Amino acid sequence: MFDALSTKLTGAFSSLRSRGKLSTTDIENTCAEIKAALLESDVALSVVDSFIDLIREKSLAALPTLQSGSNQAQAIFEIVNAELIEILGGAARRVRLAKNPPTVIMLAGLQGAGKTTLAGKLAKFYLDQGNTPLLVASDLQRPNAVTQLQVVGESVGVPVFAPEPGNGVGNPVKVAEQALAFAKSKLHNMVIVDTAGRLGVDQELMQQAIDIRDAVKPDEILFVVDAMIGQDAVRTAKAFQDGVGFDGVVLTKLDGDARGGAALSIAKLTGLPIMFSSNGEKLTDFDIFYPERMASRILGMGDVATLAEQAKKALDTDSSAKLEEKFARGDDFTLEDFLEQLEAMSKMGSMSKLLGMLPGAGAMKKQIDNFDESEIVRTKSIVQSMTPLERQDPKVLNGSRRARIALGAGRKVQDVNALVDKFSAAQKMMRQMRNGGGMPPAMAQSMGMPAGMGAGPMGVKKGQAPSKKKSKSGNPAKRAAEERG
Amino acid sequence: MGIFSKFVAKLKGQSTADPLDWKVLEEELLAADIGPTLTAEIIKSAQSLKGDDALASLTNILKSHLSTKSRELSVASDVRAILVVGVNGTGKTTSVAKLANLIHSFNSSVMLAAADTFRAAAVNQLQTWGERIGVPVISGKDGAEPASVAFDAAIAAKEAAVKFLIIDTAGRLHNKNDLMAELGKIRRVIEKTLPISEVLLVIDATTGQNGIAQAKIFAEAVDVTGLIVTKLDGSARGGIALAIESALDIPIKFIGTGEGERDFAPFDPERYLNGLVND
Repeated sequence: MFDALSTKLTGAFSSLRSRGKLSTTDIENTCAEIKAALLESDVALSVVDSFIDLIREKSLAALPTLQSGSNQAQAIFEIVNAELIEILGGAARRVRLAKNPPTVIMLAGLQGAGKTTLAGKLAKFYLDQGNTPLLVASDLQRPNAVTQLQVVGESVGVPVFAPEPGNGVGNPVKVAEQALAFAKSKLHNMVIVDTAGRLGVDQELMQQAIDIRDAVKPDEILFVVDAMIGQDAVRTAKAFQDGVGFDGVVLTKLDGDARGGAALSIAKLTGLPIMFSSNGEKLTDFDIFYPERMASRILGMGDVATLAEQAKKALDTDSSAKLEEKFARGDDFTLEDFLEQLEAMSKMGSMSKLLGMLPGAGAMKKQIDNFDESEIVRTKSIVQSMTPLERQDPKVLNGSRRARIALGAGRKVQDVNALVDKFSAAQKMMRQMRNGGGMPPAMAQSMGMPAGMGAGPMGVKKGQAPSKKKSKSGNPAKRAAEERG
Repeated sequence: MGIFSKFVAKLKGQSTADPLDWKVLEEELLAADIGPTLTAEIIKSAQSLKGDDALASLTNILKSHLSTKSRELSVASDVRAILVVGVNGTGKTTSVAKLANLIHSFNSSVMLAAADTFRAAAVNQLQTWGERIGVPVISGKDGAEPASVAFDAAIAAKEAAVKFLIIDTAGRLHNKNDLMAELGKIRRVIEKTLPISEVLLVIDATTGQNGIAQAKIFAEAVDVTGLIVTKLDGSARGGIALAIESALDIPIKFIGTGEGERDFAPFDPERYLNGLVND
C-alpha cells in the first residue's frame, strides 16, 4: 500500500515541475493532493488541516522569491519535508536519567501496542549501555503477561521483579511500589515498569495507572503506540495525556508497512517527543527515533535508510565481505556471486515491497505492480542448474551445456541464452565500474531486475544504501538519511 | 456508535432536496477510519440522494457497501477447523478464547490449538483461557514448529470428534513473506486431516488505513473468510472494518468489546447501521 501517497505526491510534484513559473493555483492544487495523501497515511484530520494551512502559507510566502527556471517544485517539497521533520522531531530528547538512581521508566498504552516486548527491548538497550535495569511485571491483567515478561527478561539477561502470578491476581500498584524498594536494595540503577494495556475510555483502569505512577514517581512515562493506529490516535493520546500523563512516545511495529501518520498527529497534538522506534520481533529491533526517516515514510517518498537496514540484516556479512574483497582485487563478478545476491534479495521480502521503499516509487507504481516475482525464481533456477565451472566461467557454455541447463531448470534454451547474454553485458559494465563511474541503472534492468535493485551487497556492506540508489534520489532529506546510514 | 451523530442531527427531518453540509459528513467518516477512498464514494452517492427521507437514503448507501456474504460460521464439515490470523497485538489469542466460549455456550464441543509458538508465553496464555472457559487446549513444546502443533491438533480434534477446532496463530506483519508463507504451511498441514471451514482475520478497531493492506495480503495468503473486529469498547470506531468489507468483500463476523470472555458477539449489520445513523 505504498501507492496512494507517493503516487499522489509524485504526481503533484511532477506536475509542478513541468510548469515554468508556479502560480497560486498550482500551490492550491498541490495542497489538496498533500491533504489526500496525509489522510491516506492516517494523519488526524484536524492535524492535516492545520498542517496544510501552514504549508500553503509558507509556500505562498516563498512564491515571489522563487526564480522561474529554478527547481520550484523542489522548494515546495522542501517546505513540506522540513515542516514534517520539525513537528516530528521538534521536541526530540533522550531519556532523563534520575540524579538519584534508580531511574524509573513506566510504560503505558492500549492493549496490543507492544508494551511487554518493548519493556524487554528497552531493558536490553540500557543494559548494553552499562546500566543495571530491573523489569517489573505490573501487568497482572492479561493472562500470562507476567510469564511473557519473565521469558523476555531471561532472554535479554535482565532480572524480572514478579512477586504476583498475574491473571487477575495481585495488586499492580503494590508490585510497582515493592519493585522500587527491591531495586534500591539491589542497587539497580534503572527500573522499567510494564503495565497492563488499557483503553483511553476506561476510567477505572486509567485511575490504576495513575496510582502506579504516584507510587513509583517515574522519571519518564512512555506512551507506547502501534504505528498502524488510525484516527483514534488523537483521542487515545489525549486520554492518556489527560489521565496518567506521559513524557514521551514510543512507536512500535514500524517494520510493518503502515505509513505511521499517527506519529505526526500525536507529536503535533501533545507537543511531546517521539523517543524510540521499535521495528521487529527480535529484542534488538529497537532504536532511537529518527524524525527524517519518519517524514520520508509518511510522505511515501521512499525509505532508503530502512531499506539499507533490511539489506544489512538480510545479507550475510561474510559473503558480502568476500564479494567486496573480490571486487577490490579485480576478480570478475561471476554467476555464483549473482546467485548469492539473488538469494540475499529474496530474503529481504518481495521485490515489489522493496522497490516500494525506493524514492520515486510512486512514479513507477505500475511497473512495480507488474513486477513478476517469479522471474527471480526462474533466473535462480537457471543459475542453479549450472555446474560450478559454468558459474565461474560462462564462456564454457556451449550448445549442449545450454541444452542441459535448460532441461534442468525447466526453461527454454532461449531463456538460458538471454540470461547469459545479459550477464556478460553486466559483467562488462561491472569492470567499467571498477575503473571508475557508477553502475548504470540499465545494468540492473538487464539482469531481469527493475532499475536500482542490481547493486546487491556491494553498496550495502559499508552500512549504507547502495550508492546507485542514492545518486537517483533528488531529495536532500533522503540523501541526508542515507549518508547517516 | 453514532459516528454520524453530528451529520444525522442536521439531517433529521430534512429532504434530500435541501442543501446539506457534506463537510460535516466527510469529517465524521474520516474520523471513523473509513478512509479517504470510501468516504469519497459515500459522499458522491449521498450527493445524488433522491427522495424525501435523507436519513433512510444515507442508511441505504451505507448498506450497499456492506458485504452480502453470510456472517454465520460455516458448518459444512463434521469437524470445523477455524484458523485465526492477524498482525501482532490485535487480540487473536483473546478472540480465540472468546469464540470458543461462545461456541461452548451453545453446547457445541470445541478444542483449541496453541499454534502461536513464537511469542513468549502465548501458549500459556491460551492454556489459562482454556482452563477458565473449560475447553481443551492442544499445545506443543516451547518453540515447536507451529505447523506441527496444528497438525497434531487436527488429528486430536478428529479423534475426539469435536464440532469445532480453533487454531490460534502467532501475530505476523503482512509484509513479512516468510511468516506469511508459514501461515500457508499451517493451513496445508491442517487440510491433510480436516477441511478448513473458516479463516478469520482479527482486525484491531484502532487500525488505520493499513488495515486494507493487512486484509488484502492475508486474504491472498490464506483465503480469509471473515473478520473479527476487536477493541470496539474503546474510543475507536473501527471504520476500517467497513472499508475492508467494502473493498474486499470480506464480511465482519464477530466483534470483541472487552477483556472478559463474554465480551464478544456475532456482528449484526442491521444494528450496526442503526447505531451509526440513529444516536
